Amino acid sequence: MPDYCRHQVFVNINMNTFYFIAFLSIFFSILVITAKNPVHSILYLVLTFFTFTIQYILLNAQFLAVVNFIVYMGAILVLFLYTLMLINLNKDSEPVKSNIVKIAGVLGGGCLLVVLVGCLKQVGVADPVLLKDPNLGLVQNLGKVLFNEFLLPFEISSLLLLSAMVGAVLLATKEPKSV
Amino acid sequence: MESLFNTVKAVPLNHYIILCSIIFSIGVIGVLIRRNAIIIFMSIELMLNSVNLLLTAFSVYHGDATGQVFVFFIMALAAAEVAVGLAIIVMIYRNTNSIDTNVLSRLKW
Repeated sequence: MPDYCRHQVFVNINMNTFYFIAFLSIFFSILVITAKNPVHSILYLVLTFFTFTIQYILLNAQFLAVVNFIVYMGAILVLFLYTLMLINLNKDSEPVKSNIVKIAGVLGGGCLLVVLVGCLKQVGVADPVLLKDPNLGLVQNLGKVLFNEFLLPFEISSLLLLSAMVGAVLLATKEPKSV
Repeated sequence: MESLFNTVKAVPLNHYIILCSIIFSIGVIGVLIRRNAIIIFMSIELMLNSVNLLLTAFSVYHGDATGQVFVFFIMALAAAEVAVGLAIIVMIYRNTNSIDTNVLSRLKW
């Protein structure tokens, strides 16, 4: 019964928080693509990923929440910041696109949004997302699935990461081309 | 208690789909309207993340852990992509002193 009650509380919190967090993630992701300064853009991206982490926690996907927190916010965005530091952008280094291109881009993205939502409305899945198995997103359960059914893809992804590391080192340490 | 449990409404799956579509579209718009290569990369990260969230929502909806394992693989892929991509951007910056994508349209300088 304690498990059951915890689930009840979880659902209530979920209902109240989801829309607020969804609003925040949309707001911050709009700020990511509109901020003038790339550093501000990266910091807004950190906030967006933080809202995604909260969404994962609301879905009780604890392993993914932790991985999202550590890998995305800790590793990938720090990598972005370091690259930006290496590149040393000046204020005027980014020329703005013309307004026509911007309007066309926003229109194209808006059309994509309308088409996506229109298509997925047809699916008609208005059922609530309820957690049937509370152990679903826990490390134990995911580890069992990962190392039984997905053992080969797991090993191949380690190969992918190794080759990406070698490639990144090769690319980034190349001497600047003598002109 | 059982009836109370049945009347509790969680977030409908539709709302997850709409949220992820909106964020995916914002990522697409970011790729289209910006010329800074790093911000284009960040928009791609936004798109990957919206797909991750939707996969997780479907995984919870169907009670199947496979979706979350797939999200794990997408995260590994994103890490590899970012490492190689940022190395390429740094190299481009060394060669052209700019990360404007229009400079790269000739591909030969």
